[in-house]
Amino acid sequence: MKITLEHLTKKFPGRGRKNPTEVIAVDDFDFEIPDGRLVGLLGPSGCGKSTTLNLICGLLKPTSGKIFFGEDDVTDLAPEHRGVGLVFQNYALYPHLTVRQNIQFPLENLKGADKLSKQEMADRVLEAAGLVQIEALLDRKPGELSGGQQQRVAIARALVKMPRVLLLDEPLSNLDARLRLQTREEIRRIQKQTGITTIFVTHDQDEAMSISDLIVVMKDGVVQQIGKPQEVYDNPVNLFVAKFLGTPPINLFSGRVKDEMLYLGEDQVLSVKDAPDGEVYVGIRPEGFLLREDGAMHCQLVRPEVMGRDVSIVSTHEASENPTIRSIIQAENHVDPEASHVQFDLRPRKVFLFSKTDEKRIPFRIEE
Amino acid sequence: MEKNNARGFLYLIPAFLFLGAFLIYPLIDVFVYSFEEGYNFASQTYFGVGTYNYSYVLHDPYFLQAVKNTLILVIITVPVSTGLALLLSVALSSIKPLQDLFQTIYFLPYVTNTLAVGLVFMILFKKTAYSDGLVNLLIHAFGGSSVDFIDGPYWAKMFVLCFYTVWVVMPFKILILTSALSSVNPMYYHAARVDGTSRLRIFTKITLPMISPMLFYLVITGFIGAFKAYSDAVALFGVNLNAAGMNTIVGYVYDMLYGNSGGYPSYASAAAILLFIIVLTITCINLLVSKKHVTY
Amino acid sequence: MNNQNDYEKLQKTSAVRARIRSILLYTLLTLWAILVLFPFYWMILTSVKSYSTYNSEYIPSFFTLSPTLQNYVEAFTTVSLGRYLWNTFLFTVITTGIMLIVIVFAAFAFARLDFPGKNLIFTLFLSLMMIPNELVVITNFATITNLGLRNTFTGLILPSVTSVFYIYLLKENFAQVPDELYYAAKVDGTSDLRYLRRVMLPICKPTLITIVILKVIECWNSYVWPRLITDDADYYLVSNGIQEIRENGFGRENIPAMMAAVVVISLPLIVLFLIFRHKIMEGVARGGTKG
Repeated sequence: MKITLEHLTKKFPGRGRKNPTEVIAVDDFDFEIPDGRLVGLLGPSGCGKSTTLNLICGLLKPTSGKIFFGEDDVTDLAPEHRGVGLVFQNYALYPHLTVRQNIQFPLENLKGADKLSKQEMADRVLEAAGLVQIEALLDRKPGELSGGQQQRVAIARALVKMPRVLLLDEPLSNLDARLRLQTREEIRRIQKQTGITTIFVTHDQDEAMSISDLIVVMKDGVVQQIGKPQEVYDNPVNLFVAKFLGTPPINLFSGRVKDEMLYLGEDQVLSVKDAPDGEVYVGIRPEGFLLREDGAMHCQLVRPEVMGRDVSIVSTHEASENPTIRSIIQAENHVDPEASHVQFDLRPRKVFLFSKTDEKRIPFRIEE
Repeated sequence: MEKNNARGFLYLIPAFLFLGAFLIYPLIDVFVYSFEEGYNFASQTYFGVGTYNYSYVLHDPYFLQAVKNTLILVIITVPVSTGLALLLSVALSSIKPLQDLFQTIYFLPYVTNTLAVGLVFMILFKKTAYSDGLVNLLIHAFGGSSVDFIDGPYWAKMFVLCFYTVWVVMPFKILILTSALSSVNPMYYHAARVDGTSRLRIFTKITLPMISPMLFYLVITGFIGAFKAYSDAVALFGVNLNAAGMNTIVGYVYDMLYGNSGGYPSYASAAAILLFIIVLTITCINLLVSKKHVTY
Repeated sequence: MNNQNDYEKLQKTSAVRARIRSILLYTLLTLWAILVLFPFYWMILTSVKSYSTYNSEYIPSFFTLSPTLQNYVEAFTTVSLGRYLWNTFLFTVITTGIMLIVIVFAAFAFARLDFPGKNLIFTLFLSLMMIPNELVVITNFATITNLGLRNTFTGLILPSVTSVFYIYLLKENFAQVPDELYYAAKVDGTSDLRYLRRVMLPICKPTLITIVILKVIECWNSYVWPRLITDDADYYLVSNGIQEIRENGFGRENIPAMMAAVVVISLPLIVLFLIFRHKIMEGVARGGTKG
């Protein structure tokens, strides 16, 4: 099922005398989610991603704009008629019902022609439980399950009615780190297996990058960028997206362009063809540094950190916006921990320039 | 950590004194009274020990009338008030505008003096020489014939008593139920809505089980409270409840103790203990039932 | 498109349903609100009708064009309503005051101090909550009578002071105050009493307010005990006063004056309630019992 959002906007009225101004939670969201994809809505908390999810599932009504499932306009349709499966951040499993009763719950709501026999329901429940591998837990109550198991039950409950769209709200945020890795693979597997168009909301860029077909980066209700994870990572459209994606985060500098050359402090670090002269923000990915004895960029070494495969070099530079710069180089490159400074050359594809006024990306041509 | 042995007891002394004198000692004493036959209040003498007091009370037509009245009152008002309170609380929780206003209004009877407002009910229902009273006029308007609810037939009086009792106990029940309803996490309702659950099913399958502990609490306290009914009846029918045929068990106890027919603390004690046994039994039954049905 | 039509139909029926539902809801809620408010309206209305107007209305009218305060004057002059109010006020204030002192100390001992057998004593304490008032009132009546305290404030107040439930409520709240605060105060050389006054009480103020509210309502409306222990009108509380008025006050038929008395008696708590509405409702919901 393809999902189309047309100029979707949601405003919340101001509450009381203290906050009289209305809040624009989602601002003019325009996007078409192709059928059968896994889409990650990504952004810091309060950016409107959960609101977007609630608009899609129908728990909230948009202030303006339209939502289409396939060709059907569902904007004013109540959630129960939309055929969506929703997994809540806290799972919302009914504590007084067993796992089996929880999963069966949506099926018992079906009426008229869709009504299922007892046997059909039992089969569907087993099928859904099998998909998330919780057949052994069916007769327990949610209170007796671990967080990860509850999560699976919640997914099974969302899937059992064979929704046209599966929505997951911060599906991994209540799990511990190890379980999070495991569960996100699981979500990916289930999505591929069922082929259901799936949208999930997260504030964790790692999570979104690792399993999504497409990611949507949002900030303050406004969509910043949409694309495949790698594309967005490699080509951020503005400073916010560049800063939000990537671990360790991008290194930020204040630099200037003069005569198609980029200067960081005194160092003339990179040739940037077609870039206009002026002050700019410079973002350099940690993997964008090349350790060279005669490198163009002079940094004071703080310490190298060996992380097995790679070495992370922590250093400082006068033009840096952050207290330290973190660069990742391959372990073969030996760094003397006693040295007082290091020199780098830059990989041009890992360097981004942003305007100091509107923080938009300033393109430059890379000299081959 | 240092232990403040003596100090701890020191702080408890006032509470102990009060509780000892007015709760523990009387509790023991009431059993003693109830077995002392022919206790004379003035001379503080008695002539025997035995169960005569109980048998007297159990054969006293006034007591039997009081038990009957109390049972009818309990059987009618507990389900009616609980059901009505549930209905109103659910309605109250599903609206937004005016919710606060309704809530405030509904709570008003809680802070009013039962006896004072009882008088208002009395004049609303009473039929006098010069006016049939407002309720009777309403009955007339709908084509019925007037009844004296205060000095008239038994069932009319019982109706008023039940009506007033429900009116008096509703605020507390509505308050408890609305706060129980609001403590149900809305995410369950969202989940159910997305799954296309009908309102009725959401209510029976999610809301009811989730507030069932509070509901049973209300039923149990409702039973206990209704068994102890007294001042509502006094407010409506005056202090001479035996004459009105509307006495309650608690009323019987007090009448035995004091007033025109009073001066028999032994009979009063026996009746009070009988009441306690009835209430205890009903509460135990309630608890057993609730263990079976409170699923969460 | 066919599908689209279906959706529109679904939307329409659900909109209509929502409309009907909210009409039904508000009708139901309004009906009960009227049922609750009507007795109050009626008592105020009747209290401002003159005696002759009231008695000449075979069909009582729902409003009056010539309101009079004569009934209020009568309520205060013919019977000693002022006396009843003053008695009730005194009774309420003194009872609540003594109770606060007693329960604060007891709750503090249970929550903060350690002494042998504390848990056992506390459990016994809790079991006292099960004892119904009706059982102990008989002996208390005898005790107070034998002490010659009938028709005295002491006799009225003494048995009304204790409340196991409030001790329990306060103890639970006291126990939530972190131990560290107590140890810190001890290190600074603060005495138990000072700690109680300067730290515990301010922190637990909401619970104290709840308890005071509940106790005040209970005192203001108490009927049974005062009725047993007073037969001198000088010591009547409002409940007994109103009963007395009903039985032989203004002459049985002066209903407007009676209603004026009812209004006067009901007003203090209603005003208190309207001012501290949210606190009181919250307190009752937490306290969970009436009286």
